[in-house]
Amino acid sequence: MSRQNRREFFKAAGLASAGLVATVTPAAASSAHLPDNAQSGMLYDATKCVGCKACMTACKRVNARPGGLAFEQAKFDQDGLWDAPEDLSGNTRTLIKLFKDTKGWSYVKYSCMHCQKPSCVSVCPVSAMTKDPVTGIVDYSKDVCIGCRYCQVACPFNIPKFQWDRTLPRIVKCDLCRNTNLKDKGIPACAETCPAGAILFGKRKDLLAEARTRLRQHPERYVPHIYGEHEIGGTNHLYLAALPFGSLGLPVLPSDAPAAFSEQIQHTIYKGFIAPIALYVSLCCIAVRNLKKGEAQPAPAVTPKKEV
Amino acid sequence: MLKPTHAPTRSHFSFSVFQYFSICPFITMNKDGCFPGELPRRDFLKLCATATAMLGLPFRMHSQVAAAARSSAKPPVIWLHFQECTGCSESLLRSSHPSVSSLILDLISLDYHETLMAGSGAQAEQSLHESMAANRGKYLLVIEGAIPRARNGIFCKVGGKTAMELLREVAPGAAAILCIGTCSSFGGIQSVGVNPTGAVGVRDLVTDRPIVNLPGCPPNPYNFLSTVLHYLTFKRLPELDALGRPKFAYGRKIHEHCERRPHFDAGRFAQAYGDAGHAQGYCLYKLGCKGPATYANCSVQRFNDVGAWPVSIGHPCIGCTEPEILFKLPIAEKVQIHDPTPFDSYAPANLKEKGKGPDPLTTGLVGLAAGAVIGAGIMLAKKLPTAAPTQAGRTHDHEPAE
Amino acid sequence: MGHDEFQKQEGRIFTTSFFVLLTLSLIGIILIAVRCVKGIGAVSNMSDGYPWGIWIAYDVATGTAIACGGYAVAILVYIRNHMRYHPLIRSCILTSMFGYGLAGFSVMVDLGRPWNAYNFFVPSKWQFNSAMFEVALCVMAYSTVLIIEFLPAILYSLETSRWRRLHLILDSLQPLFAPDKDTVLGNIGYVRAAAAWIRPRLDKVLIFIIVLGITLPTMHQSSLGSMLLIAATKLHPLWHSPLLPLFFLINCIYIGYSIAILESVISSYAFRRPYEIPQLSGLAAIIPWLATLWLAVVVGDLTWRGQLAAVWRFDIYSCFFLLEFALLGFGSLILFRDQNRRSPRWLFVSAALIVLGGALYRFNVYLIGFNPGQGWIYFPSLSEVMISVGIVAIEILGYQVLVKMVPVLPRIGHRRHARFRATTPRTGLPYPAITKSVTPVQPT
Repeated sequence: MSRQNRREFFKAAGLASAGLVATVTPAAASSAHLPDNAQSGMLYDATKCVGCKACMTACKRVNARPGGLAFEQAKFDQDGLWDAPEDLSGNTRTLIKLFKDTKGWSYVKYSCMHCQKPSCVSVCPVSAMTKDPVTGIVDYSKDVCIGCRYCQVACPFNIPKFQWDRTLPRIVKCDLCRNTNLKDKGIPACAETCPAGAILFGKRKDLLAEARTRLRQHPERYVPHIYGEHEIGGTNHLYLAALPFGSLGLPVLPSDAPAAFSEQIQHTIYKGFIAPIALYVSLCCIAVRNLKKGEAQPAPAVTPKKEV
Repeated sequence: MLKPTHAPTRSHFSFSVFQYFSICPFITMNKDGCFPGELPRRDFLKLCATATAMLGLPFRMHSQVAAAARSSAKPPVIWLHFQECTGCSESLLRSSHPSVSSLILDLISLDYHETLMAGSGAQAEQSLHESMAANRGKYLLVIEGAIPRARNGIFCKVGGKTAMELLREVAPGAAAILCIGTCSSFGGIQSVGVNPTGAVGVRDLVTDRPIVNLPGCPPNPYNFLSTVLHYLTFKRLPELDALGRPKFAYGRKIHEHCERRPHFDAGRFAQAYGDAGHAQGYCLYKLGCKGPATYANCSVQRFNDVGAWPVSIGHPCIGCTEPEILFKLPIAEKVQIHDPTPFDSYAPANLKEKGKGPDPLTTGLVGLAAGAVIGAGIMLAKKLPTAAPTQAGRTHDHEPAE
Repeated sequence: MGHDEFQKQEGRIFTTSFFVLLTLSLIGIILIAVRCVKGIGAVSNMSDGYPWGIWIAYDVATGTAIACGGYAVAILVYIRNHMRYHPLIRSCILTSMFGYGLAGFSVMVDLGRPWNAYNFFVPSKWQFNSAMFEVALCVMAYSTVLIIEFLPAILYSLETSRWRRLHLILDSLQPLFAPDKDTVLGNIGYVRAAAAWIRPRLDKVLIFIIVLGITLPTMHQSSLGSMLLIAATKLHPLWHSPLLPLFFLINCIYIGYSIAILESVISSYAFRRPYEIPQLSGLAAIIPWLATLWLAVVVGDLTWRGQLAAVWRFDIYSCFFLLEFALLGFGSLILFRDQNRRSPRWLFVSAALIVLGGALYRFNVYLIGFNPGQGWIYFPSLSEVMISVGIVAIEILGYQVLVKMVPVLPRIGHRRHARFRATTPRTGLPYPAITKSVTPVQPT
């Protein structure tokens, strides 16, 4: 009995793990994913930025909602004089930072990259993170979010931020002013307010063309790379800068989207829910047969071994 | 009393208000001499341009403003004084574009002003009544000073009538009421604390007439002039904020346009009067400056036509246009900033340490607990028998097939 | 699957350990209340870089693996048809139940907006790309299945109990709060009848529920591994592998068997019952093979991905990887020797090593190998740890109380399909003096 059972067990286990094993091979083929260049995005040119932080102020002014963005006090600031975020946070959607070392310095603006294949949307278990198929805006709905913070784990740029200090917390990230400035004026507040023209808003293809033009016209000003063009499958927020992007706090990333990779594995295992159902049915057959055998031999002192 | 040196040619009423001027040493004279019959064109246009700019109108509007100012239909103005110090009138007298003489001779028809009138007694009262009757529903009423209400308002009487009675008499016929100064706008200093005279601003007594509050202690005269010019140009009052103040003058905080603002953004403060920071012209916030909470255009328009204002000479703003600040918050007290802006520095793109790491207590306790568990595990392992106990009475029904 | 295979543990409920655990539980509950009022940041050191702390890494990822005893033993009993392990199954299912309850409770503490959790049941919100969606639904379903699997024990108790505690409670309430004692007691008959009606019917379909209880953990344990697949740029290459689901699946099975051994040895020791050596040594024979298979696949995978060099870098990642490897390796080595599999001491030591190694693997994947980027650090705060400790304390407390109220533990001197065992003191037991405390309740 045991031997036969073992064989059946392995058969069932084989069924179950077929999906798992199948995941090994196709992982490499996951990057076949074309960027949709008609989506909206932004181009931030660090060499044009003057560090005035008008974008930060405008963002908070436009997107302040109860329970949303708030001002952040620096440690040394006893009187609450300034809004001094040190990083993106549950209170801050966009932020200008400064990189400085012996080789040079550069401002850098942080905000959501609005990926072509966003990890946060891929992992959100309740579809609180969504990507608009037309504009490409990655938006968040607090009314659906369960606060599991999987989006934070998944995001390669560490963009979604959680309100750790609030009783009713939510995830905070840039939505290109989708419900505020973009709706009212057709342009996100930061791009609208930027006095230096460092933030351009537009279609991804136009932004890419503009970025390439700038790289061509002033090759001495820039690192010859458009950050976001290929990173993790492409992002709608693009960067130009004079210093290597890694030093500006932007992670050096491969061109494959992690979301495509993980979805492929997940879909292989659960395609049509066939594997789990097959597993269940075969296990049921085995268990029921075992049970019947057990009943057929009431209280045997020794179970006879069956040869196969 | 001195005789007027110039007979008023364009005034509606029979006596001149200019007697007063001749004894005032601080009148700004213009090139044409003391009291011109005509406002020099250059000054006139300058005034109109100033007002146009202040009102936030496009520059091309200034000809329209000038045209309105030039028209013969001058609005009659009645100016009443109640509980006040006349500082607002004094402030007005210091304006030079136009000088107050031009104002009251060329731009408006000042029919009654207790301080500036040469006449007094029954004669003065008569002119008031004449003007009221002749211009009913058309005159602008300017109120300076708070109105006492306690004991039927006996604390302030003019011509035998209490302030309340006067207001009740004059207000209904006014096209609009301009409350000049914080006293008439919100009650001012006499309304603070126990308020023994029961002083209130006009807004607490008159509800059926349009009211423009021009608070300040004193208010900038150009705010008053611009309001009047706006009325002349557009035949309506300017847009007001929730406290009844014209938005063109009281729409933004002093802090937003302060010349010391860069010091604030950089965190450079005067800590005490006369200290090094004070001498360097640093921000006065820590001395109690109310600029971040006070809506007014002092930091832009300034005073006395010489570009001076309290903050520029080293004194913190006392918030004189705000009913909840002036005389209610101590001058040295700091105000809370409700809409902070970024600090004048940058977070480094490569932060050294983010998030919260171990603290000694937790690590210690977790370590102790882990040690205790491992220790207990070892102790338990020692106590457990090495060999399987004899299994008498037990049968192993079927040994594993392997 | 007779109920006579199991018995209640006799003894007082209110022991010293009961009160110690109760204190820990209360501290945990108070801290959870603080978390509810002041936000997660007030009690934990989690940050935007490390959004998942020990509540996920320990309570959920590791806790459910430790709670896989029920799953692993059920495979053995029902699929591989080793009915002799059946006596172990009820206590395994009970610990699984509490383990998954702990995970579920921790998740509710950890969720920022738990009131929106109903969206898991709204089809328009389903998100099939998300490993967490799969884990959540499976874990919820499995918890229900575990309760149903455990239901026979409760029904049996309801049916056969003499309701002594209810009598006592009613007596203590008697004069003031429960004037009509007879009415309450009169209803016991109905409860007994209902339990007696449900139990045989449940027994008939139970096997399908049990098989569901094997399918679901297979799915969600592998998905627990899939969860970190997407963190390709954050999880250290030593652990980030497309085989993560497979690793987590095998990992949970050997942890499940080991924990069944640990649990049995410890409860035998603590409750002074004879050791269930025959069953345990059988289980112990499977573990080393599984663990070795797992280690081999891990090494193969590392080689295939060209990350073998990272093992010998001796940075913090490589150290933890080697530690995990060593724990599992030593544990397996001990169990390869037949003699050790019959020794309670070595069973305990090896099972403990394997559980530690397996748990460390999950910690490595979820926390230690997770690096969100430059500068981020995380170490749990005291209150965060105390909440986890409190939840575990609640779990152990529940286990302690329940084994004394319903028949869970294997009957002493149990013989397969034995109808009834006399309660005479047994000879040859390691602790003859304690036999008085192991008087089983006679089924009525």
